[in-house]
Amino acid sequence: MRSLRLAALILLAAAQQASASGRLVARPVRLARRTASHAAQHMVMLPAGRYRPLYAPPGAERVAVAAFALDREPVTAGAFLAFVERHPEWRRDRVRRVFADARYLADWPAATDAGALGAQRRPVTQVSWFAARAYCASLGKRLPTVDEWEYAAAASERATDATADAAFRSRLLALYAGLGRQTAAAAFVNVYGVRAMHGVVWEWTLDFNSVVLDDDSRATGSGADARDRHLYCASAALGATDPSDYPAFLRHAVRAGLGARSSTSTVGFRCAADMVIS
Amino acid sequence: MSLHIHRPHGHTVAQTLLALLCALLAMLFTFSLAGCNRVADAAPSSDHTAVPVRVPNDEIVGQEVAVLTEAPNVPPAITRTHATRVIVNLDVIEKTMRLADGVDYTMWTFGGSMPGRFIRVREGDQVELHLKNDKHSTMPHNIDLHAVTGPGGGAKSSLTIPGGESVFTFAALNPGLYVYHCATAPVPMHIANGMYGMILVEPKAGLPKVDREFYVMQSEFYTHGKFGEKGLQTLDMEKGIDERPTYVVFNGAVGSLTGDKALQAKVGERVRLFVGNGGPNLVSSFHVIGEVFDNVYTEGGTVASQHNVQTTLVPAGGSAVVEFGVEKPGDLILVDHSIFRAFNKGALGMLHVSGDDNAKVFASLKGLGGTH
Repeated sequence: MRSLRLAALILLAAAQQASASGRLVARPVRLARRTASHAAQHMVMLPAGRYRPLYAPPGAERVAVAAFALDREPVTAGAFLAFVERHPEWRRDRVRRVFADARYLADWPAATDAGALGAQRRPVTQVSWFAARAYCASLGKRLPTVDEWEYAAAASERATDATADAAFRSRLLALYAGLGRQTAAAAFVNVYGVRAMHGVVWEWTLDFNSVVLDDDSRATGSGADARDRHLYCASAALGATDPSDYPAFLRHAVRAGLGARSSTSTVGFRCAADMVIS
Repeated sequence: MSLHIHRPHGHTVAQTLLALLCALLAMLFTFSLAGCNRVADAAPSSDHTAVPVRVPNDEIVGQEVAVLTEAPNVPPAITRTHATRVIVNLDVIEKTMRLADGVDYTMWTFGGSMPGRFIRVREGDQVELHLKNDKHSTMPHNIDLHAVTGPGGGAKSSLTIPGGESVFTFAALNPGLYVYHCATAPVPMHIANGMYGMILVEPKAGLPKVDREFYVMQSEFYTHGKFGEKGLQTLDMEKGIDERPTYVVFNGAVGSLTGDKALQAKVGERVRLFVGNGGPNLVSSFHVIGEVFDNVYTEGGTVASQHNVQTTLVPAGGSAVVEFGVEKPGDLILVDHSIFRAFNKGALGMLHVSGDDNAKVFASLKGLGGTH
């Protein structure tokens, strides 16, 4: 039901792109029928709300998140293979080195063969941020922001915000410690209907670090300045909204370690889209 | 300053003598002050009370790759008498290892063993540290070496994603025995999972010669299961925050220094232990049952600051060097003398001493236990 409503009501924006001024601007476009049905099938609508980021902007412990749509599951190797076939400039043997490091899709048997990975519902990994962003754009979507991703990831099966729940935290730590041991298909579906946010792969976000954002975004986005923060030693606890939220620290550290060309075996992604109620 | 008491009516002999004595004392005092000043001005680096501002100005001759060792082994003493460029290749590997019999834990390691590989360089060396993170790792990692003068002890320059490598260089300015550890957020979790080791910066003059050197590092584990509960155990964060460890161990596991893995020495030998404490929380009361430490280099510094010590404190994120001659065959027991930790949580090790007995050192005359 939710899916049908989603398809009927929303327009998906094109990927948010940095305009000449450097500000993030959403450019809503009306979806083609094919994309709308794709969205209905693969995406979930999340209502507007607020969440508590690990590092809150000055004066506000909670950050508002507008309604948006998010992929139900991480993008699979099979789906990514279809993308590189449609857009050969993203094949590993043709990609420009500025957009992906040498490990980009290096675990595939060949440039257009995902091997056993492609046949299964396995999330694609060893993809750079540039490639993930291009994939989403090719479907009229974009990467979720850190705020959106964390907002969606705060949910358990029953609660929209389970981050303060010690049992939930403990469960996430155990999932992270065994990252990749569980499949996306086996991972839990949260209250929004989003699957496998934890413990299958780490995921790219649009503003994963400050390198790709301008000063405006850095001042307001809560994940943007991970690299600027002293995410080493005990000083990481300074200014954190909850120094006991270890799962959030781990996710931040993962983002802080990445460059936009990084292609690692533990990082995949899913796409998001703006929603415009027509 | 002067203690002269002026009396207008004239001086007695005693008063005159007193006055002379005072003047003499004042002169001596002034001289000794001047002496101190001279020492401080002339040789700041040789006087341990002065505060030097160190400048790396040793000529770097050649290059070598550091030999890194698994505990309890220590790389050989450095014999060269010049500074060199030392390449340290340290690989971060996450792997499931034995914590106790039937108990496994996914350790995050520097070098694939517990504790992290022992690094040995010489004061004045230029160290080039290559930190590689295994491609199968789940987390990014970095390294903070307490021997490093620089941002985050190297941590700020070494955040490394799985499959990646970071490289930085530092001058080994200060000699001593230092802990290194991962400092990626959340730091307590990375340390609780095993990310610590030690680096020895040997003083230029070297260390006194001994017959055996060993690497012993204490640390704690916080598991969901109770002590000894079988299976794969995971980190219990609440226990960590409350500082209630399930395990307190030497060299990464219960029993890593007992039975056929006991340290070995012979009667008449001199033993040096490089003792570290990875924490993450506890301070160790390090003690060897049946021995007395002849020398203790407190907190891993370079001065044998105390002799004839029974128990020495090893701070979390700190170290100590202890030296002793072994005079009697038998098993010496290494413990954290906060003794429940030894008895119930695993903080026990063994140094087996073989050789000829000397009944003058110890002999049991009457009772249940013989000395052999």
